[in-house]
Amino acid sequence: MTRIVIVGASVGGVKTAQGLRSGGFDGEIVVVEKEDVAHPYDKPPLSKAYLTSPDDLGAIRLIDQEDLAAIDASWRFGVAATGLDPAAKELLLEDGERLAYDALVIATGSRARTSPWGEGPGIHVLRTAADAHALRSALQPGRRLVIVGGGFIGAEVAATARKAGVDVTIVDPLPAPMSRVLNEDVGRIFLDKHAAEGVRTRFGTGVDGVERVGPELEVRLSDGERITADALLVGIGAVVNTEWLEGSGLVVDNGIVTDGRLRAIGAADVFVVGDVCRWQHEDGSGSTRLEHWTSAADQARLVAHNLLSPAEARAYVPVEYVWSDQYDWKIQVVGRTGSAESQLIGDPAHDRFAVVYSDGARVTGAVIVNWPRALIAARRAVADRGDADALVTMLTEIIAKAPAPVVS
Amino acid sequence: MTAIVKADLGACQGYANCVVGASDYFDIDDDGVVVLLQTDVPDAELTRVDEAARSCPVSALKVIRG
Repeated sequence: MTRIVIVGASVGGVKTAQGLRSGGFDGEIVVVEKEDVAHPYDKPPLSKAYLTSPDDLGAIRLIDQEDLAAIDASWRFGVAATGLDPAAKELLLEDGERLAYDALVIATGSRARTSPWGEGPGIHVLRTAADAHALRSALQPGRRLVIVGGGFIGAEVAATARKAGVDVTIVDPLPAPMSRVLNEDVGRIFLDKHAAEGVRTRFGTGVDGVERVGPELEVRLSDGERITADALLVGIGAVVNTEWLEGSGLVVDNGIVTDGRLRAIGAADVFVVGDVCRWQHEDGSGSTRLEHWTSAADQARLVAHNLLSPAEARAYVPVEYVWSDQYDWKIQVVGRTGSAESQLIGDPAHDRFAVVYSDGARVTGAVIVNWPRALIAARRAVADRGDADALVTMLTEIIAKAPAPVVS
Repeated sequence: MTAIVKADLGACQGYANCVVGASDYFDIDDDGVVVLLQTDVPDAELTRVDEAARSCPVSALKVIRG
């Protein structure tokens, strides 16, 4: 194999390149990235500290210069892929070039779902560094920000903006922040946290429209309330970047469909990692797509291995893991959460607690706040499909010995 | 030749990806900071420990080849 082309220089693409080199690949690596940036950057900080810190992309590099140089790839920033010819094994670029590959890794990720209430001054989404740069000017003390969407991005920006002295309102038709992922009862713990930190919360309420009144925005809620804002952040999810594959023959179904080893269905030598990957579980339990940093990194490592050692190719069998920083809470989510069967251990008022989700007998997932020991135990229990009551008992015993509030 | 694993304790955010990758090398203390259980990495362990180190979301770990 002589040339591996990777489309996308976010975590999935970069970690694939890194895994190929550390795994001994000595051919050519070309990385094509449509964003015109100086070096690969990391996305999780964009909704957190980076949003209110000095505008320096160097502070959120995905890997340092030394490791980047060690990858020894040709980096093609500012060039979008526009098509794929798997039969000819060629990637089509927007500048007209047909880039030949021996193997292709698609890591084109997802983009923010666009605002249904129009675009223009004061209306923001948050996905890229450019989006963060645009939003940060709105985050001045005393300014009024309305966030539509109480998912992870919306909740994180609310916390970041509130800390910066911004007057924040979150609006979401769901009953509580992150309740789609965590279930309603658990979501309410986070609702209370945001309210206690001074964020105005309008859950269970949609947005009917947004109008411009001079330099201000007037947000009309479905319950009749009108909120005047200087800026609006629309955080209503992501859309996969797959349009460029139209006509390629790849199977696209809210993501590029792959087998259990992350090889695109119907295309030899094409692998998929990150947000854009919808893989079929080898056990026949269906297909999944994940939008987590750790999933992209794990998939990248797996694809690098499968490219270099096809005879020992491995299936992707993850323990899902995602984190979020909101105020002084470090929130860590493991496995499959959201089922109604959940048990709370610890006290949110003491800033340290865990929620264990189960299918009745077995642990399926957990949410952990400010509690490293519980995180490790939960990650193990989810991986082993451990007994739910045993995990709950263990965590209850640990916290009884160390109930003191945590300062982080 | 032996490689050495190093940790930037100030950068660590307690994500525990390293512990999942190599629990015989990494642990997390009660404050959520990585603890190195051993620092010398023999050749046979290099790939596994390097991968665990690279799974850190804030690049707090590095395996330095001797």
